[in-house]
Amino acid sequence: MAVTALYDYQYPAADTQDKFHGNQLLFVGWDDHFLFVAPLAFSVSPNTKFSDLVEKNLTFAYGRHADWAKVDFSKAVWLKSGQPFQPDFNKTLAEQGIKHKDALRLQTPGLNGNGTCF
Amino acid sequence: MDMKANKKKLGLKEKYAHMTRGLDWETTYQPKDKVFPQATFEGIKVHDWDKWEDPFRLTMDAYWKYQAEKERKLYAVLDAFAQNNGHLGITDARYLSAVKLFLTGISPLEYMAHRGFAAAGRNFPGVGPRVACLMQSIDEVRHAQTQIHALSNYNKFYEGFHAGASHQIERLWYLSVPKSFFDDAFSAGPFEWMIAIGFSFEYVLTNLLFVPFMSGAAYNGDMATVTFGFSAQSDEARHMTLGLECIKFMLEQDPDNLPIVQKWIDKWAWRGIRVLSLVSTMMDYMLPKRVMSWKEAWEIYFEQNGGALFNDLAKYGIKVPDCIAQCTVDKEHQSHQLWLTLCTHSHAMGLHTWLPDAEEMDWLSAKYPNTFDKYYRPRFDELRERADKGERFFANTLPMLCQVCQIPMLFTEPDDPTKICYRESEFQGEKYHTCSDGCKHIFDDEPEKYIQAWLPVYQLYQGNCWPEGTDPTAEGFNPVAKYLEWCHIDAKDTGDYEGSSDQANFAAWRGAATQNT
Repeated sequence: MAVTALYDYQYPAADTQDKFHGNQLLFVGWDDHFLFVAPLAFSVSPNTKFSDLVEKNLTFAYGRHADWAKVDFSKAVWLKSGQPFQPDFNKTLAEQGIKHKDALRLQTPGLNGNGTCF
Repeated sequence: MDMKANKKKLGLKEKYAHMTRGLDWETTYQPKDKVFPQATFEGIKVHDWDKWEDPFRLTMDAYWKYQAEKERKLYAVLDAFAQNNGHLGITDARYLSAVKLFLTGISPLEYMAHRGFAAAGRNFPGVGPRVACLMQSIDEVRHAQTQIHALSNYNKFYEGFHAGASHQIERLWYLSVPKSFFDDAFSAGPFEWMIAIGFSFEYVLTNLLFVPFMSGAAYNGDMATVTFGFSAQSDEARHMTLGLECIKFMLEQDPDNLPIVQKWIDKWAWRGIRVLSLVSTMMDYMLPKRVMSWKEAWEIYFEQNGGALFNDLAKYGIKVPDCIAQCTVDKEHQSHQLWLTLCTHSHAMGLHTWLPDAEEMDWLSAKYPNTFDKYYRPRFDELRERADKGERFFANTLPMLCQVCQIPMLFTEPDDPTKICYRESEFQGEKYHTCSDGCKHIFDDEPEKYIQAWLPVYQLYQGNCWPEGTDPTAEGFNPVAKYLEWCHIDAKDTGDYEGSSDQANFAAWRGAATQNT
């Protein structure tokens, strides 16, 4: 539904990709690990290889959790917009259709902070 | 020749009648709808503005008299508080985090409310509401001022009070939550403003804000805050009445107003509840001496009092907002989830946080028997273990935010407190994320409005949150440090209370007041 307004109400969106200096926003959440209270926001190049995203950005953030070193990425489950998604570690974000403001969810069955989800 | 005065002075009721009916006029050289352009576009139909009944019937001379008397009392107490080192009488300097949150998060809203009611007063064609809004507008600016004056006393002694009331509301990530709430209301029409602030905030939710804060202040020895609370309280009673009168007026004027009013109530109840989640952390964690738990406050002031209110409004066809079912689940979780967030992000905040000690955790277990030990105690235990090893945990990457309430996406699914609640919408080819069904519903109803949201994390990534002249390509550039500098936050204002200068100063000064060495 449109905004009820006195005039034709049209304003630009605040966070379109052109404002990120060549980068895109990417959101990543790691299920069952509330030490990281919310999914994280990254500003990364669309040309980032998925393996670099995991080894650099995600490891910088999540590596402080003991479970991170135990993650077996061959068994990890990824969701994109809530749907199952199989990332290709050798391709870039752009090459596999991971777009600006996409939200990825990483699920690592068996790893849940020793049952605390923390 | 002597003038003969036959008539007695006018009574209050007559004066009020003249001011709100007799002084109005019909426009002549401009059509009325051009003079009051905002009166109709929201779709609210009003047939007779004279049906507006203001139970307070306050006139200007009475208003000045009451307020001046309250001011005299307030400033006498503030003087006494300052001269007697009242700041050393508080339970513990941890308490000041709650005060900092109030000064930075709530006092600027009082000022916003002042502006908003001034605008509403200008935009209503009826004189009754115009006068009532004018009075409330003056009240609100007085509240902002008295709060700033009362709390400025702490600025002489403690960190984090120096830029709070004016500067940080537009910059700090957690303050964008209350700011966006008022921006949303102020950018709506005058009738929606009245439901948003006059009704939802001032009537349905105000007790959840003021009662815990003022009781909390009293329990923790902060007489300055108690006094401005009392000074504001009699105004609040009038504001609540105005909010209720306004909603009844809309509903009585035309049956077509009902669905519009219901939509606004649903929206603003949820918006308000999300803002108040910050207060839940205050009640459960920030007050060294607790008043009651957030859950208990919610049950008394929302479920019981609010329930009675909605029973009263049922005769107009108003239904309890759908979001209440979600709130019944959330009341067991939200303060813990949010405090864990603040605890792991206070390196980038203008106030201190701390991990609850053993006695405090026992209190939380007793107040939250269904959830605290099961979900949250182990998390605090883990944070404590890390802190004891000298590794107090602070997040090193910025969080994803909800497009509507602007709180980090920390809230969990209604049916599973171990799963983050993700909601997604698409508008004009762009994705938007929300933290709950309530926020998603609000977004989907007016996406054009919320796509403009100033979301601090994403603004920082765009390079808009650093001091002028900052070179982000310089070697060793630290975006979060530059962000804090831009927010006027000093390192001393941030982080854990343990080891802070507030802690050290309070201990030293109170020691000097109570001991000989």
